[in-house]
Formats: sequence, C-alpha cells, structure tokens
Amino acid sequence: MGRTWTLIRRRLLQAIPVILIVSIGIFGLLELAGGDAVDAYLAVTGGGDPAFAERLRQQWGLDAGLGVRFLAYVESLVTLDFGWSVVMSKPVSVAILERLPNTALMMGAAIAFSACLGTLLGGIAALRKGTAADAGITVGALILNAMPSFWIGLIAIVVFAVKLAWFPLGGIASFDRPDLAISRVIDVAWHLVLPVTVLGLAYMALYVRLMRSAMIETAASDWVRAARARGLPRSRIVRRHMARPALLPVVTMLGLQAGNLLGGSVVVETVFAIPGLGSLAYDAVSQRDLPLIAGILLVGTLMVIVVNLLVDITYARLDPRVTDDRVRAGGSP
Amino acid sequence: MATEFSLSRRHLLLSGTAITAATLFGRQRLASAQAARYGGTLIAAADTEPRNLNPAIVASNGVFYVASKVIEPLAEMDYETGLRPLLAIDWQGSDDGLTFTVQLRPNVTWHDGTPFTSADVAFSAMEVWKPLQNLGRVVFRNLESVDTPDDLTAVFTFSEPTPPQLIENAMPALTSVIPRHLYEGADIAENPHNQDLVGTGPFRFGEHRPGEFYRLHRNEDYWGEALPYLDEIVFRVFPDRGAIAAGLETGDIQVSAFSAVPLVELERMAAIDGVSVIPGGYEGITYQITLEINHRRPELADPRVRQAIRQALDPGFIVDTVFLGYATAATGPIPHTATDFYTDDVQMYDTDTDAAEALLDEAGYPRGDDGNRFSLRLRPAPWFEQTRATGDYVRQALRGIGIDVEIVSSDPAGHINAVYTEHDFDLAVGSPVYRNDPAISTTILFQGGLPAGVPFANQYGYDNPEMNEIISSASETIDTAERVALYNDFQRLASEDLPILNLVEFTFITVARDDVQNIANNPRWATSSWADTWISD
Repeated sequence: MGRTWTLIRRRLLQAIPVILIVSIGIFGLLELAGGDAVDAYLAVTGGGDPAFAERLRQQWGLDAGLGVRFLAYVESLVTLDFGWSVVMSKPVSVAILERLPNTALMMGAAIAFSACLGTLLGGIAALRKGTAADAGITVGALILNAMPSFWIGLIAIVVFAVKLAWFPLGGIASFDRPDLAISRVIDVAWHLVLPVTVLGLAYMALYVRLMRSAMIETAASDWVRAARARGLPRSRIVRRHMARPALLPVVTMLGLQAGNLLGGSVVVETVFAIPGLGSLAYDAVSQRDLPLIAGILLVGTLMVIVVNLLVDITYARLDPRVTDDRVRAGGSP
Repeated sequence: MATEFSLSRRHLLLSGTAITAATLFGRQRLASAQAARYGGTLIAAADTEPRNLNPAIVASNGVFYVASKVIEPLAEMDYETGLRPLLAIDWQGSDDGLTFTVQLRPNVTWHDGTPFTSADVAFSAMEVWKPLQNLGRVVFRNLESVDTPDDLTAVFTFSEPTPPQLIENAMPALTSVIPRHLYEGADIAENPHNQDLVGTGPFRFGEHRPGEFYRLHRNEDYWGEALPYLDEIVFRVFPDRGAIAAGLETGDIQVSAFSAVPLVELERMAAIDGVSVIPGGYEGITYQITLEINHRRPELADPRVRQAIRQALDPGFIVDTVFLGYATAATGPIPHTATDFYTDDVQMYDTDTDAAEALLDEAGYPRGDDGNRFSLRLRPAPWFEQTRATGDYVRQALRGIGIDVEIVSSDPAGHINAVYTEHDFDLAVGSPVYRNDPAISTTILFQGGLPAGVPFANQYGYDNPEMNEIISSASETIDTAERVALYNDFQRLASEDLPILNLVEFTFITVARDDVQNIANNPRWATSSWADTWISD
C-alpha cells in the first residue's frame, strides 16, 4: 500500500510542472486570440449602447488588467477553487460534474471496444501474416482511421437511425426517462451504441497495428521456439507465449489514450448531441471562460494520472519482469 | 393604436426572399380548415443554450426562441394588424412625446398564481429594460419613470421627446415583462429565475437538462381563450446541423427554425414526404450582409474608392451563389421588409468593373507593376457560413479591379474585439439585424462619435455631421410622417456616402413536419408564443 502512495505522490508531483506550462500556454494563446467573455457574449446577443459592454465587464470581473487576471487564474488553479462559470451560469465544478460521467462512459466504452476488437483483429492478422485476411484487416482499419469521424458518424446516423431506425438519432438518453433503473441503463446504452462504435472504429487501427507487430515479434522469439520444441499445443502457445507479452504495448497505448477520455471527441459529441466534456471545453475556449478552462484542465490532468496509475499496476501484473525498481524509478512502461 | 404600422402579408410575400422560395418549395400544406386539435408534444431543434434565458434582460433570438413561450411582451407583430395586443390591450403616446400610456390586460396571472399588474410592467421597464437590456438601454434611455395610477394602467414618462412609433415598434422584442415579486430586492442579473423562468405565457417552464433539452408544459390558466393547443414543447439541443436534417426526416424533430438546416439541404428536405420548407415568418428580424469599411485607411476614406468597391461587387451573385436564392439584393440600411420605412428613392449602383477601375485611377491609385493598386485585410464575421463565403467572394471580386485582399479569420470573440474595439481591419463582412425600427439597432451603424468597444455599431471612423443630425432629429421626432421622411433622408445619405456597403438582406428558413400547423403565421414566428400552434393527426 505504501508503495502505491509513493507512486501516486510522485505522479502528482510530476503533474505540477506540466499543468503549469499548459495553463500558462492556454492563457497566453487566449490573450493572443483577442476578445474576452464579454466579446463572445455580445457576438451572440448583439445590440447595446456604449456603456453596455463596460458594465458587463465590471460585473464579470474582466475589467482588470492582464496581470490581475492572470493571478486570479493561477489562484483558481492552485486553490482548486474554480468559482463561477460565466458561460454556463453555474459553478465550474457543477458544470464539469454534469458532463464528466457522459464523457467517461462514452470514451471508456469506445476505448475498451477499440482495444478489444483491435487486439483481436491484430492478433488474427499476425497469425495469418501475408494472407488476404491480414491485408483486409490492416487496410480496413487504416481506412476507418483515415476517414473523418464526423462523416462516419453522419453516415451511421443516416443508415442506422434514419433508414433502419435501429438506434436513436442522438442524445445521451431519451427525454422521457424510464422509471426503472435497469431500463434507464439500457436506454443510455442504446443511445451510446452508434457514437461508441464510430469512435471505436476510428481508434481501432492503432491497436490492430500494435498487436500485429508485437505478435509477429514474439512469434519469432526464442521462448516461442522453445515452447514449440516442448510440443505445447498451438492454442496455448498463442495465448500464453505470444499474445500475453504482445499485450504490453497495447496496455501502454491505453494509458496514452487516457487523455482522450477528457478531450473526448468534440466532433462525435457534436454529431450525436452528447453533452460531454469535449464540447464543454470547446465552448469554454470559444467563450473565453477562463475559470471553466482551468477546471477542465485540472480534471483532465487528474484523469490522465489516475489512468496511468492503473496502467502501471496492470503492467506489473502482465509482465513479471516489471519489478518494484522499475516502478520506483518512475518509469512509465 | 398601431395604425401607422401596416405590414400586409401579401406585401411581404411579394418581397424577394419569399417569392423565390415559395415558388420553389411552396408545398400545399394540410389545409387549416381542419379543426385545431388539442394535445401532443412538439419537438423543436435548438442549437444553443443561452446562459441567461431571461428575454427582459437579453433581447436576442436564441433567448426568445425558448423564452417567448413562457414570458410575454406587451404586444406581438402581426401580418394583418401590424401589432397584436398581448399583455397590453391598448396604448397611446402623448402629442409631446413625453408620456406613453399602456392599458394592461385584466385577469392575467403569473405561473405561480400571483396576479399580473402594472407594478410588474413598471418594475420591468425601470429596473430591467432600461438599465440591463442590450436593446432597451438604447430605446428607453430617456425613460424617467413609470407611474401606475391603477393596477391595469402604466404611464411611461420620458425626459426627452420619444417617438410613440419607436415604442410601438419596440414592443414585440424589447418589452418582455417579468414578475416583480420574484426579482425585487435581489441581484436581477444573477436571479435563478433567469433560468427557471416564470411568466404569463401559454407555456410554463418545466426543466432544462444542459446539453439535452428544455421542456415546457401547457399553462392551464393561460389568459388566451382555449389556448394553447399543445401539451408540451421540447427543445432538443442538437449542435450538429446535419443531425437536425436527419431528425426532421425521422420525425424525431418536428420543427427547426433559424435556418438550422443548411441551405444546401433545403431542396432535398422539401422533396421528403411529410417535410416542408417554409421561408416566411421572420420578416420582423431581417438580417443583412454588409461590407464594413475602416475609414482610418486613407484609401478607404475616399468616397470614390468606396464607390469603386461597391461597383466591383454584384449583390445578385451573393444572392444566387452564396444564398442559393434565399436572399434579396439590398439597396440600403433598411430592408424591403420594413415597409413603413423603406424607400427605393436612393442612389443605386450597377455592377461595373470598368467604372470601378476608372474611379480608382481617378482617386490616384493606379495599378502597380504587379497589377495591384493596394492591399486590404478582410475579416469575415465567423458566425454564418454566408458571411465567410461572402468574404471569399469579395476577395475574388476585388482582385478583378486590382485590389489585393487578404482574408483574416478568427472566432466570434476575437472578431468582435478586432473589429469593434481594436479597429484592426480594413474590410469586414458583417451581418446586422434590422429590428423593426431604424432607431433600435440600425442607425447606430452610421452614427459618429461612438467610443471604441461598442459592437455592431459605427466603429468605422465614419463621422458625417449631416448624418449625425438626421439620426439625432429622427430619434426625437414625434410626428410619424416626419420621422419616416427623416429615415428616408437617412437611407439616401447612406447610399450616397457608402460608409458601409449594404449588400444583401435575408431572413431565416423554417423546416417542419407537415403535421405541425400554424407555422410562420406572424413576422416573428419563431420568437413568438406558439399559443396557436397545433399538431394534426
């Protein structure tokens, strides 16, 4: 237990300079882009007399100088008190917590789906290396990866929501929520089928390529040759001696993709009208809502840290060679 | 009463936008001979969720779209009568323009059961419209007090003469009444009822699930006899316009307003069985595409150069190519739809590149060795695809007369800041809205002497004393005929000076399922109460 705490503490400490650099970068970029939350607001509402914008700036605390605003921004990051989001008209924490579950659910499911299917297909491609099946899987995954996901999303909507009417058009749930808890779960799952599939198919190519090359590599290894010499059944060799070590880079990739959990896919969220963190982050930036941006930034960092901790732990279980030393050295797999 | 305001439906239908679109897609909708049916849920697509949903504070289309069903103004625009009484049943301005007396509708209650009285109107006017509302700050700036001699009479008193015509024209958009008892004594701008609306309208505010939907319920105690028809209205949030089109096709969405369905999709939508494309119902909120000009550039301060740019441009091309016919060439700052103010007795310009080049030569800007006379930076407003496309067209057209144009893009906040505060532009493509009276948001585009930082206003460095004089005397002229004459002068001078170029005017398009009845039956339909909207079998 103590070791895990050390790990967590180290990860958090490592995150501090990262957050600092990213947050200063975001503040600087927004200053360069010009315009503040009042400008963004007036772009939508229009009208006003000479004193109107000035009054709003005072009310929203935007009339201060650059230095003061930057200090307030840093203060909210340091104290974890993000305050009020002028864009959402509610506390930043509420705005984020409303959307976090949707994004986590959608992206978690999409990454799991793409990792499972991608690993499976990558494994098959490796075992059938050079055959038509191999070429089909590799090329198919690449094509899916190359197609813009908003386009696949719209095509999926046209085919499965409009023509076949199997799935809903969008949204995270029906607006008439079912009464039973289990029905509500099914309702949400039903709404998530299309977006998760679209996202998953786009991400899948990564796992296919990783698994395929790792499997080919392990297939040529000495231990597989030894296992063959020992006369072990092929299925056992594939599962225990080839697939298991080949999974290591896949797990690494899962950790790296944790960042996507937050960013989500603004595009897919938009197409399927899912209120997630990705579109919230987009709104926060376009509306120049610094407190909200700071909040999303920290939540995102936290999520990446948590997922990477899980990856470290999984890694140690998958590969007995990964020892405490390696963990202590802070080496991410 | 509202006698000067004569806006006939026939006239409107004859104006450009409606005529093209109506002949193209004028599908015979279910005859309204069928008796109106009660009940049902209407599902409308919404693409934004305003941070503040209170229409008394924020007079904008995005807010009105949802809020106008819950909170009502004093009167609404009407095709036949000009103004249809809502919370006000009669009104009269005094001859000196210093008072405006409103008789209110009796037996109206707020959604929480409290009676609606003149005190609510006085509170809304003095505490909200005048100090807080984006447009009310302009129109009600000289409002001194609102007296309430009895529960159903409100007397507006102005410190300077204020044209009754302006107040009448402002009633539909600027006079949403909110309940005093829920707002008094606390910070109005941050009151929770700015989200959880309480009004007198045909629908009560139900719930808002952020990112998902707004739900409104039928107000059983609505003052309108036997209204409304619908049990519920649900505004589903669909940020993607392609998905909105798909939703109309499946019936998941029954109405989409404000051209949420892209223009290129309209022909396909109109061909779908059960779906109609409806171009009317937005005449009260006519938009224009303008080319904004920074007169601080010495070249652009020369009227000959501005005229040359105007003659290099073909508004008809923008109408046909950018708007696919769903627009009309503009002749000045007041659109054709504003029948009581519009005049075509103005300086007109042909598209004539030879004349344009001659003007530029005469102004002392000959083509250089590379064929260019000078270079300009153009910022197209980033909110409509048509503003961006117009920017591309302007660039091409001006290249033809030897003006090199560089397009500079930013997001809405950056654009507002760059153009209206920093003046960091030479040309910009804008999209001003004509809101039923030139004094509300149109003359401010021509008025000189404004401080920097006022968006959608003259930040162009144009300051003509003659123009300023016309604007200022029109704002205090009581006699309606005289006032209209002044605004005719305003249009003439604008067309001669060309401080900005008013290129085309357009209104939005509604796409709806055929079973939705009484669509587009007033000039602000999408932002009106929908009390008479019903769904047929």
